[in-house]
Amino acid sequence: MSTSTARGRRTAKPKAQKPAGSSEPYLRITGLWKAFGEFLALKDISLDVNQGEFICFLGPSGCGKTTLLRAIAGLDPQTRGTISQGGKDISELPASGRDYGIVFQSYALFPNLTIERNIAFGLENAGRPRAEINARVKELLDLVGLPDQAKKYPAQLSGGQQQRVALARAIAVSPGLLLLDEPLSALDAKVRVFLRHEIKELQRKLGVTTIMVTHDQEEALSMADRIVVMNHGVIEQVGTPTQVYRHPASLFVADFIGETNKIDTKVAAGKAKIGKAAITFKAEDAPKSGEVIAVIRPEDVIPHSAGPKRAKARGSRGANLIDVKIDSMEFLGSYWRAHLGGTSLAGVPMVANFSMNAVRRLGLEEGIDMTVELPAERVLVFAKAG
Amino acid sequence: MSDIGATLPQGRPARIRLDNDALVKRGLMIVIAAYLFAALALPLYAMLSKSFTTYSFDLTRYEFQVSDESGTNWSEPVTAKALNDKLSAVPPADLDTISDGRLPATSFFPDFSFRSPVKYRIRGTVENAPYLVGLDPFNSIEWKEVDSNTFRRVMLRPVQSRSLANYKTYFSTPSLFLSIENSFFIASVSTAITILLAFGFAYAINRSCMPFKPALRLIAMMPILVPSLLPGIALVYMFGNQGYMKELLLGESIYGPLGIVIGSVFFTFPHALIIISTALSISDQRHYEAAESLRASKWRTFWTVTIPGARYGLISAAFVVFTLVITDFGLPKVIGGQYNVLAVDIYKQVIGQQNFEMGAVVSVVLLIPAIIAFIVDRIVQKKQVALLSARSVPYEARPNRRFDMACLGWCAVVAIFILGIIGTCQFAALIKFWPYDLSLSLKNYDFDRMDGGGWEAYRNSIQLALLTAAIGTAIIFTGAYMVEKIDGFRTARGLFQFLAMLPMAVPGLVLGLAYIFFFNNPANPLNFIYGTMTILVVSAVTHFYTVGHLTALTALKQIDKEFEPVAASLRTPFHRLFARVTVPVCLPAILDISIYMFVNAMTTVSAVVFLYSTHTALASVAVLNMDDAGDIAPAAAMGMMIFYTNAAARIVHAILSRGVLSRTQAWRFR
Repeated sequence: MSTSTARGRRTAKPKAQKPAGSSEPYLRITGLWKAFGEFLALKDISLDVNQGEFICFLGPSGCGKTTLLRAIAGLDPQTRGTISQGGKDISELPASGRDYGIVFQSYALFPNLTIERNIAFGLENAGRPRAEINARVKELLDLVGLPDQAKKYPAQLSGGQQQRVALARAIAVSPGLLLLDEPLSALDAKVRVFLRHEIKELQRKLGVTTIMVTHDQEEALSMADRIVVMNHGVIEQVGTPTQVYRHPASLFVADFIGETNKIDTKVAAGKAKIGKAAITFKAEDAPKSGEVIAVIRPEDVIPHSAGPKRAKARGSRGANLIDVKIDSMEFLGSYWRAHLGGTSLAGVPMVANFSMNAVRRLGLEEGIDMTVELPAERVLVFAKAG
Repeated sequence: MSDIGATLPQGRPARIRLDNDALVKRGLMIVIAAYLFAALALPLYAMLSKSFTTYSFDLTRYEFQVSDESGTNWSEPVTAKALNDKLSAVPPADLDTISDGRLPATSFFPDFSFRSPVKYRIRGTVENAPYLVGLDPFNSIEWKEVDSNTFRRVMLRPVQSRSLANYKTYFSTPSLFLSIENSFFIASVSTAITILLAFGFAYAINRSCMPFKPALRLIAMMPILVPSLLPGIALVYMFGNQGYMKELLLGESIYGPLGIVIGSVFFTFPHALIIISTALSISDQRHYEAAESLRASKWRTFWTVTIPGARYGLISAAFVVFTLVITDFGLPKVIGGQYNVLAVDIYKQVIGQQNFEMGAVVSVVLLIPAIIAFIVDRIVQKKQVALLSARSVPYEARPNRRFDMACLGWCAVVAIFILGIIGTCQFAALIKFWPYDLSLSLKNYDFDRMDGGGWEAYRNSIQLALLTAAIGTAIIFTGAYMVEKIDGFRTARGLFQFLAMLPMAVPGLVLGLAYIFFFNNPANPLNFIYGTMTILVVSAVTHFYTVGHLTALTALKQIDKEFEPVAASLRTPFHRLFARVTVPVCLPAILDISIYMFVNAMTTVSAVVFLYSTHTALASVAVLNMDDAGDIAPAAAMGMMIFYTNAAARIVHAILSRGVLSRTQAWRFR
């Protein structure tokens, strides 16, 4: 996982196809474009995926993530660009000539075949002896935790069970690459959380390079080794879950992943104006002046008792303090969400998440005055899109 | 890092290499498309070009010389035209003829005598000047010398040219032109009556709680199982000159428009019922609840909710019925009397007068309403599908004694009408000699003693139906699969789709005539199938292609479209997926297609009437021919044989479907 922010897009185009080596990425996508008539669904996508990695393509619907997956699978050929897998150029190979297993959102289980026949489908064609196939099917059923469902038909299983059968069928032939197209989105919330863990465990056990398409950020954050955030056919950022969450490379990423306060403002003398306060920030490549959007996540807002002095007394570094008033509070189970107002904010809407602990300790409630701190390293500033 | 300049770099799109699957799929699709092309597009083209072909004797092409009695001194050469101008021996109208026309050369020599020692010479002035001497064809600019006795057997042959002359003749012959009016009149009246009856029936089935629904539905479907000319025979027995209900007509004759309309209503009724019933069954309960909550009267609800909801079904049914009636040939042939309609004109031109060109012209005229109806139907069908919403709540009728009884009354009238027609045929088949000897006998079933092909014809029909069902279903389902599940290849798929839809627009009689032009041409390498069972199967499969194709497509569209990608990722060839998953999952649809093909191949007259030979006489054609020969009772008996066979096939189909469902479709049940 030797990656930095947006590493994929900065990857230099390989001049020649080198043989597969340990340093070579397992899957390399170079300058990929996809046009549907006049519409460009993918624009100059370059991405390296390492052996054994779990990658998530994350983005809103229509961002091109499924198109990219289908290009990798050879189902919707790209308009420009190349794809190589294991050092071999697969750009123009048909799906049947590539090496992957795939799980679709619909699972696409064969309804008239039993679970074991479904899983054995790919094995049977390879012409292996029946006993070997049966043993492999049994092993796979155990692996996905469905040892006693072998004789049932897909319609007799729950959605989560069908999902696991589809997974077992896809990995039965031991593919080099596992493609998952929104595999969990047809399931209800609880099953989904459980299966996230299961799939991740399975992937770790098998060590198979995996690409999953999802629009669910929680899914991506909890499962992926690296997340590829996409929007409008381009990659916005490639990074580990913490990187994309803590250091979003663009306003889109900041906004799409997690919750944010987006504040439309100006930068002057290296400080961002929020309400009446001038706030310092640390982002290196942020604009030093002009129209910007300042971003801070609700959970990064640090609560203090009213008055800057008392805040300092409680260990604050004293900078970036704003006096606010709590307009309203919502109880969200494990924390409180406060909507902040007050004269210092001058109408800038701000939401903060306060822990139960902080609320109790500081006696926070609707209508009281307090001081919040916006830590300079947690304030992100992005140039306003022209 | 937002949007980068969205312009595609230079280069070419990735071309996915075709694997075996892709090649096989494309190959199969091309083979089936080629079949449709050869069995549909080319024959139709042959027919179209035939309709523009005229034959006439071109007198400028021939020159004659006559010797004196010594046979040595010859007159100056003179063209036939010059002779005719002088003599007016052959009026200009008689110079237009048919492909088989002959004009005796002696026409131009009024003082010809076959005993005379005078000799004659004939030659062409141009390369193409065909004439016959006896049975030997000549076509030369060299003189051919013959004696008087032989000159008697010199016949000029017509030359072929292309023009609109056939159409001009057609539209200036009032007796032919009148058929257009007649056909439209019959089709319109029959459509109006059938739609009214079928709508009432469908409404009763879908919207009431009347008893006996399954039985009534079964009876309503019975006319599909018999040839369209069977009601004609029944009507003869009921209202003909010796009919047992003749008085009811108050002196009107059943032979003519009245008989055609009644018979048409009978045989089109089930088709209309199926379409309208489907349209009514997809209505949404919530619309009615909304209407009720707005206190709309029943009458108002009917006109503002029911009719608009079913309007596409009604339009579609109307066009289907209209096409069926206007293209049907058996019924007006049997009961039409002197009342000419387009379809019968084709038959008369071809079989009666051997005027194939005029037959082609009438066929083209008949194609026009059929194609218009077909296009309208396709447009309407598409809209109908859009009306279906997955969240609709199906309508559930509530009992209402008076309404239910009224519905039952309406349906009972229709049921009695249908049973009456079929019952009369059965009765006619079993009576020894109507109306003089009413004792029962099976002698009318002794087909080997009548003209029409005998039991052989019946066996041929069974063979045709089985072959059509087996081969047709295989071709249709495979073709539908290829067109639905192939990647890319868009133009070819569009073309295929067009070819697959086209048969619906082509009346059977027109297809049959087109086959004569195409397959009977000695230059056609496929000529050998002419007059065999093969051409009958080809014609039946092609004629009934579209409905089967649509059924297969509907079933295939319901299958998860990701099956093929999954199989490819598992490196399993598509034919394994096809055999192990697609076909088993679609088995109910496949059985439906095969029973449809079977029943229609049994009953069709129009698609085969031009194509059968003495070895391949068919039961449905035998009904027609026996009726033509006055053997009406045996015709009714043969019609009933078709009915029994189709009914039995339906029962077998139902049992098979159930068996197949319980054995291979276990997955459907949780």
